Amino acid sequence: MDAAVEVTELVKRYPGRPVDAVSGVSFTVDRGEVFGLLGPNGAGKTTTIGVLTTRVLPTGGTARVAGVDVAADPVTARSRLSVVPQRSNLDRSLTARQNLVFHAAYHGVRRAERNRRADELLERLGLGDRGGDKVDAYSGGMAQRLLIARALMHAPQVVFLDEPSTGLDPQARLFVWEKVRELRADGITVVLTTHDMEEAAALADRVGIMDHGRLLALDTPAALTRSLPGSATLDVDVERAVGDTDQAVLAALGALPQAERVEPVADAAGLRARLYLSADAATTVGPVSEVLTARGARLTGVRLGEPSLEDVFLKLTGRELR
Amino acid sequence: MTAVGTPRTTSTPTTRPGVGRAFAALLWRDVFVTGREFVTFLLQVVLQPVFLLFVFGKVLTELGFTSNTYADVLLPGVVALAAFLTALQNTAFPLVIDFSFTKEIEDRLLAPLPTALVAVEKIVFATLRALVAALVMFPISRWVLGSLPVTWSDVPLLAVFLVLGSLVGAAMGMVLGTVVKPNRINVVFAVVLTPLLFTGSTQFPWPALESLRWFQVVCAVNPLTYVSEALRAEMAPDVPHLPLAVCALALTGFLVVFGTLGLAGFRRRALD
Repeated sequence: MDAAVEVTELVKRYPGRPVDAVSGVSFTVDRGEVFGLLGPNGAGKTTTIGVLTTRVLPTGGTARVAGVDVAADPVTARSRLSVVPQRSNLDRSLTARQNLVFHAAYHGVRRAERNRRADELLERLGLGDRGGDKVDAYSGGMAQRLLIARALMHAPQVVFLDEPSTGLDPQARLFVWEKVRELRADGITVVLTTHDMEEAAALADRVGIMDHGRLLALDTPAALTRSLPGSATLDVDVERAVGDTDQAVLAALGALPQAERVEPVADAAGLRARLYLSADAATTVGPVSEVLTARGARLTGVRLGEPSLEDVFLKLTGRELR
Repeated sequence: MTAVGTPRTTSTPTTRPGVGRAFAALLWRDVFVTGREFVTFLLQVVLQPVFLLFVFGKVLTELGFTSNTYADVLLPGVVALAAFLTALQNTAFPLVIDFSFTKEIEDRLLAPLPTALVAVEKIVFATLRALVAALVMFPISRWVLGSLPVTWSDVPLLAVFLVLGSLVGAAMGMVLGTVVKPNRINVVFAVVLTPLLFTGSTQFPWPALESLRWFQVVCAVNPLTYVSEALRAEMAPDVPHLPLAVCALALTGFLVVFGTLGLAGFRRRALD
């Protein structure tokens, strides 16, 4: 089966700009996958999505969505994709339900079918009793839900969400996340952009990290963080044997092949050692325990510290995400 | 969440819906919205020409400042003006607002039809509104002036020139709406609309301007002149007027120029 999204050596340079907004980006999104593009503002995420959704003309390279070359056949591509924009662009002359129905009409959905879908999606997005309201009366969270409903009206194969939870309160944000997960469950491919690594980690099967128009890394959130040497940590509380010293225990732990370095944690009552790891924290617990047992010491507490996508971003770009 | 059968994607590619159906749906949306605010729409488009007609065609005549025949000169011009300016404003304003503020047009740009057809729909819809504006001028002028110098045999040619003139107006509006920066829109409209209003040969027959040569040249550059003159040729054939063929040729030329510029401007705003 072919990919849902296929981007090859994509380049976009806006006229009059000295550098490329997108500079040779390639990636593939499988059908049914949730794919996240993570990066700071101005990284090229929105431009990349713009090309994929036929609104930005590429300078070079190719982009295919649902098997259609978006530059060569934008009309067919538009019938197979849909967009949930960053800012509401709902039709304010219409009611919420009319927004859905007219969108479906643009896409050639028959009258009975578009009415059925509109009612169903309003219900599903928790707007069942607000369908007759003008969208002016909608809050930010409701507008976002309606935008998602609208995006589903013509049964697209790929849905693009640009910064889906920016500006939403925490509750609305969780609701949107839940809906994205439902899309995935329905087999719809989702491509989202975000500058929020928590969102990327929570939603995306795979994450592409972008900065300055380039794709710096691309993998599952877990693999991306695993790839970071020394950013997974393991804190262990140790009750050492009589006659042993803290220094000796730390040295022994530091001798483990997984440990990049070992430090005592100052605020602990007994001996607490923090190991900075080159490997996964969980799998290092065993070897740590063996080392301690061999010295007659007891392992009394363990805490795993997993690195976040933020650490990955910091490592790749040398700066904070926000 | 309820486990209803939501619109799902299927592994079989969806067939591409008809471009014609998408175009019709866009047009239907605009007509639908206009229908709901029809009275407001009529007030917007009709008040200015009605007052023009009333003050210049009726009041000044009654007071003896103009002759009875002036109404014959004025009426075709006012109908032309109503159509032309309605068309122009109904592409220019919505486009500025759509592209710069509400972004409402984005959903249409993502509809499965070529971007140029989204622009053409705007022009067609503005033309429809302009024709309604021109049409309601006829009963109103009968009411204000007490007569209507039009017979059924005039209708085909009047229709042709009203459509042509409205298309040119809508295309000009598209040029303005896509070229002008949103923060400049008020200035530009003041600078463009007022001269258009007074150099469009609506209040005077163009050939009579021979004694005021420079102004005649200025008026010749205004497309509205050719709509006014064409309507005058039909509605007041005794008043000196430009030949219909000249009007048709000029309007077609303006349509090609402004249509091309307007579509190019629209494309530039719609696609990055």
